[in-house]
Amino acid sequence: MTESDPMTVKISARDVNVFYGDNHAIKDVSVEIADKTVTAFIGPSGCGKSTFLRCINRMNDTIPVCRVTGDIDIDGEDINDARVDPVQLRAKVGMVFQKPNPFPKSIYDNVAYGPRIHGLSRNKAELDEIVERALRRGAIWDEVKDRLDAPGTGLSGGQQQRLCIARAVATEPEVLLMDEPCSALDPIATAQVEELIDELRQSYAVVIVTHSMQQAGRVSQKTAFFHLGHMVEYDDTPRIFTNPQDPRTESYISGRIG
Amino acid sequence: MTDATDIAPKTGSLLHTDARTRRRNAAETRFRAYGIAALALGAVFLVILLVTIVARGVPAFTQTFIAIEVPLSEDVLDPDGTRDQATIEKITTLRYGGIVEGALAETLAGQGIETEIDPGALDQILSSGAATQIRDLVVGDVTLIGTTVRFEVLASSRVDGYLKGRVTRESLARDRNLSPQHLELIDKMRDAGLVERRFNLAFITGADASESRPEQAGIGVAMIGSFFMMLVVLILSLPIGVAASIYLEEFAPQNRFTDLIEVNISNLAAVPSIVFGILGLAIFIQMAHLPQSAPLVGGLVLTLMTLPTIIISTRASLKSVPPSIRDAALGVGASKMQSVFHHVLPLAMPGILTGTILGLAQALGETAPLLLIGMVGYVATNYPGGVAEGFLSPNSAMPAQIYEWAKRADPAYYERAWGGIVVLLVFLMTMNLIAILLRRRFERRW
Repeated sequence: MTESDPMTVKISARDVNVFYGDNHAIKDVSVEIADKTVTAFIGPSGCGKSTFLRCINRMNDTIPVCRVTGDIDIDGEDINDARVDPVQLRAKVGMVFQKPNPFPKSIYDNVAYGPRIHGLSRNKAELDEIVERALRRGAIWDEVKDRLDAPGTGLSGGQQQRLCIARAVATEPEVLLMDEPCSALDPIATAQVEELIDELRQSYAVVIVTHSMQQAGRVSQKTAFFHLGHMVEYDDTPRIFTNPQDPRTESYISGRIG
Repeated sequence: MTDATDIAPKTGSLLHTDARTRRRNAAETRFRAYGIAALALGAVFLVILLVTIVARGVPAFTQTFIAIEVPLSEDVLDPDGTRDQATIEKITTLRYGGIVEGALAETLAGQGIETEIDPGALDQILSSGAATQIRDLVVGDVTLIGTTVRFEVLASSRVDGYLKGRVTRESLARDRNLSPQHLELIDKMRDAGLVERRFNLAFITGADASESRPEQAGIGVAMIGSFFMMLVVLILSLPIGVAASIYLEEFAPQNRFTDLIEVNISNLAAVPSIVFGILGLAIFIQMAHLPQSAPLVGGLVLTLMTLPTIIISTRASLKSVPPSIRDAALGVGASKMQSVFHHVLPLAMPGILTGTILGLAQALGETAPLLLIGMVGYVATNYPGGVAEGFLSPNSAMPAQIYEWAKRADPAYYERAWGGIVVLLVFLMTMNLIAILLRRRFERRW
C-alpha cells in the first residue's frame, strides 16, 4: 500500500439493515471503509453488495418500498440524519453504474452537467477547465478532446464508462462508488478502467462492487465478502484470497459456491 | 422416455422434408397469407374510401359563375347625385334585384341569345345572393355608380348542378325553381362564354349560407371556430396534462389513492364523447353561464375529452425513458426535479408532442359533444370580429358544419358536406404529418 497507516476512516457503517418490502436484503452489516483506498465488495448475485453500496449515497431513497435502518457515517456525520439533503450527499459521494449511462448529450455537457448544477464554476473558462481536468482524470481526454461536441452515446462501451467516471469526478466528490463498472465491458476496456481505478485511489475513497474475484484481487486493497445479506468477512485483499477465515468465503473463493 | 432404437428410423435424410416439418411450414405459409390478405383488404377499403371522398368532394371546390354587364345607373342608385354613403346604403337589396334582372336580360340581348322564358323567371339561373353581392360592392365603392360593370355572379345551385352533372332535364320536370328551358339557355350562354365553372375560393374561406343558397356556403367561418377551439384545447390540455403526468409518473407516492386516479384516467379516456358534451352543457353553460355555441365552451369540453389521451401518452413516453438516465442524474447530485426537467422530459418530448397532436386531431374531428353545447345547427354566417369574439361569439366547427350540411335537403349541400370532409381530412393529415416529423426530428437514442 502506498499510503500506509494510520489509515483514516472515511465511511463507517454500523448495524445496517435494508428491507425491500418484506424482503430482508441486508442483515446487520458493519464496516469501516478507509480513505484513499479501493475497497471491493464481492459475493454471489443477490447477496446484497449493490444494495449496500447504494445505501452509501442514499440512492435507495428513490425506491419507494426500500427501508434502511442503522447508521452510516461519512467523516463522522450520519448521512441518514434528517438534516442531510440527499442531493448534497450525492455531490460528495459520486457513483458509477453497472451499465454505462451517459446522458444523450454532448461529451462536454455530460461532464459539465454536475459542476453546472452545483455552481462549481463562475464562467465558461472555468467550466472548460473543470471539464478538461475531469476528462483527464477519467483517462479519456486524449480520445475525445477533438470532439467534445459529439454525443456521449456515440462512444464505445469502454469510453462511455470512462466518460461516466469523468462525469462522477467532475463534481469533486470525496467518495466514488462503482457498481460493477466493468461488467458490460470487454477485457481491453476493463483493463483500462481498472488502471483508472488504481489512479483514482490517490484522491478518493473508492468502493467497487464486482462479481469478478480476479478484478477484486487486481484493483482493491481491502475486500468484503457478502453472502445472503450478511457481510461474512472483511479484511485486506491478499488475506481474503490467500487465507480466508470463514469457510463460506473459502468456498466462494475456490469456486464451490456462487 | 423412448429409447434410441425408436428414434433412429425417424431421423431420415436432411434432403427430404419430413411430414411434420412440412405441416409446420404450411401453417406458417398460411399464416403469412392471412396477414397479407388482411392488409390487402384494409388497403382496398382505404383506397375505396379515399377515392369516394375525393371524387365526391372535389366538385364542391368549383362553382359556376355567370358574367353579366350591370349598368349601375345613377338615376336608380343615387337620384340626388350626392354620392352620400348613407343615402346609398338605404337602397335595399330588393332594388338591386331588379337591376340584376334587367342586366341579365340586357346581357342576353347584347349577345343575341333568344329565349322564350318569361322575363320575370329569367333570373332563376342566378344565385339569389347575386343582388347582395353587387350591393356590397357598390356600398363599398360609391365611385362605381354611373358606370357599367362586368360582374361574375354566382349561378344558382341548380345551374351549378347541371354543369356538374347532378341536375338533368328529367330531374327538373317537377322543379319549381328551374325549368328545362333554363338549361337550354345555359347551354347557349355557355357557348357564348358567359357561363364558366371554376375554382371557388369562397368555399374554403366563406361563411355558411341559408338553406336556399347552397352555392354561397363556405366552410371558412367554421374553420375559424375550429381554430379557436383547438387553441383553447392546446393552451389548457398541454400544460395540465403534462404537469399531471409528470407528477403522477415521477413524484407521486404509489398508494391506493394514486392507483384510483390512474384507473379513473384510463376510464375517462374511454368515456363516450357525448357524455363530455352533456357535462359541458351542465357545467359551463347552465352553471357557469358561459355563452352558448361559443368556441370557448367547445374548447373546454374538448379539453376534458383530450386530457386523458394526453396524460396516457405522456406517461407512456416518460416511462419509456430508461431509468439509468434518472440514476445518472441523481448520481451526480441532481435533485429529483432537475433530473426530470433536464433529462427525462427532453427525452420524452417527442412522444409527448406526438400524443398531444394526435389528441388535438381527435378533438378537431369530434362532433358529438358539440351537438349539446349548440355548436351544431348554428348558421355560421358571420366572421368573428376579433380574438375575444373568436372565443366568445357563437360559431360552428368544421365537423359540426359538415354534419349540418349533410342534414340539409338540397343535394347541393350534400356535395358541400363531402367537400368539407376533404378540407377536414387535409387538416387531420397535416397534423399527423407534423406529429411524425416532430418524432423524427427530436428522436434521440440512448
